[in-house]
Amino acid sequence: MAGFNKVVHSYEDAMAGLQDGMTVIAGGFGLCGIPEGLIAQIKKMKTKDLTVVSNNCGVDGFGLGILLEDRQIKKMVASYVGENALFEKQLLSGELEVELTPQGTLAEKMRAGGAGIPAFFTATGYGTPVAEGKETREIDGRHYVLEPAITGDFAIVRAWKADRYGNLVFRHTSMNFNPMAATAGKITVAEVEEIVEPGELEPSQIHTPGIYVQRVIKGNFEKRIERRMVRQG
Amino acid sequence: MALSREQVAMRVAQELQDGYYVNLGIGIPTLVANYVPAGIEVMLQSENGLLGMGPYPTEDEIDADMINAGKETVTAIKGAAIFSSAESFAMIRGGHVDLTVLGAFEVDQNGNIASWMIPGKLVKGMGGAMDLVAGAQNIVVTMTHADKYGNSKLLTDCTLPLTGVGCVKKIVTDLAVLEVRNGAFHLLERAPGISVEEIKQKTAGKLVIEGDIPEMVFN
Repeated sequence: MAGFNKVVHSYEDAMAGLQDGMTVIAGGFGLCGIPEGLIAQIKKMKTKDLTVVSNNCGVDGFGLGILLEDRQIKKMVASYVGENALFEKQLLSGELEVELTPQGTLAEKMRAGGAGIPAFFTATGYGTPVAEGKETREIDGRHYVLEPAITGDFAIVRAWKADRYGNLVFRHTSMNFNPMAATAGKITVAEVEEIVEPGELEPSQIHTPGIYVQRVIKGNFEKRIERRMVRQG
Repeated sequence: MALSREQVAMRVAQELQDGYYVNLGIGIPTLVANYVPAGIEVMLQSENGLLGMGPYPTEDEIDADMINAGKETVTAIKGAAIFSSAESFAMIRGGHVDLTVLGAFEVDQNGNIASWMIPGKLVKGMGGAMDLVAGAQNIVVTMTHADKYGNSKLLTDCTLPLTGVGCVKKIVTDLAVLEVRNGAFHLLERAPGISVEEIKQKTAGKLVIEGDIPEMVFN
């Protein structure tokens, strides 16, 4: 990886340095916009005791769900985890710890983490179980909860197009949590559909500037659909 | 007769105003999109990062990268915008969304809502519900007035863990339309053929009934 050429050519290089006990922030919403190949590489590496931060935990047999199969996840930070039976089983048996976090708070925790803001006040969750044990404050007559930011040892994201500088563009609603996740990793790895030449991405249309991204790899994606809904055309 | 799911959605749709940005939750709230009154334009916000959500795609239009907050394949209307989850919740937390419609297990007379957790049952998570109830300008809750055993869901105090505090403004149930203010449910309308007496009997929290209560009108 010389200079600003952040492109790597193997998944081993993409995830090099990942160790037991680390925190991994993953982009994606459900199965949309997930870095499929990077998740598969974590499974292959058999890294254990991971804290994984992502809106969801995939489904049985796909996405982050595959990291449950060999019990690689110690703690999951997510807003909604209803989609996999294995998750349920490990949660009930006490093998897996879960920290349920409101979706907007989760996005803002990543954003704040990447922006050097250690914590923020939000009205979300005030008076609910989410606020238990947290500092609260009344500001102009409204109550707020202090929420700490999140950073990760690694962030893994999926993008549509990248250049070798690590500039990223996302496609449709596969953007979701990916831009914030990308800012919040000490090492951010982007798995992308296409790598283009510098200059091909219009500078003002770049979603994630390359300064946040350490490694780029071209992936192949299954792009599995979670709920296929169709109208008659 | 108690309203069907579709009729509840039809009545909620009457709350829509021209130019509203609206977030619809899963279940009955989703159906509201089918009954937007003629002559008004609303923009649907989906909290995974889409403003200007369209109908489900045709077989040819299906795209795995284009989904709604229910993880269903969806389309974007002309003039839609797509953005990150942080931007999406900035809109919600910043009070830019005019109306949120969502379901609930319980609501109480102080506008507290419980919609995400039943102790003893597996908790799947709150998703974006806590952000939405804390942020929207106007929150309408849809639910059945009572559970299948006849127990009221409109309470003095919620018994389940809360989703938000003091945030519910209006409730559309299968029996009635109610407004929540000054620590009480105010009965505004009743479902066709439903008596005030029945609503009274099925409302456990403080209920205020002023004057004649009209029946809901469906066009």
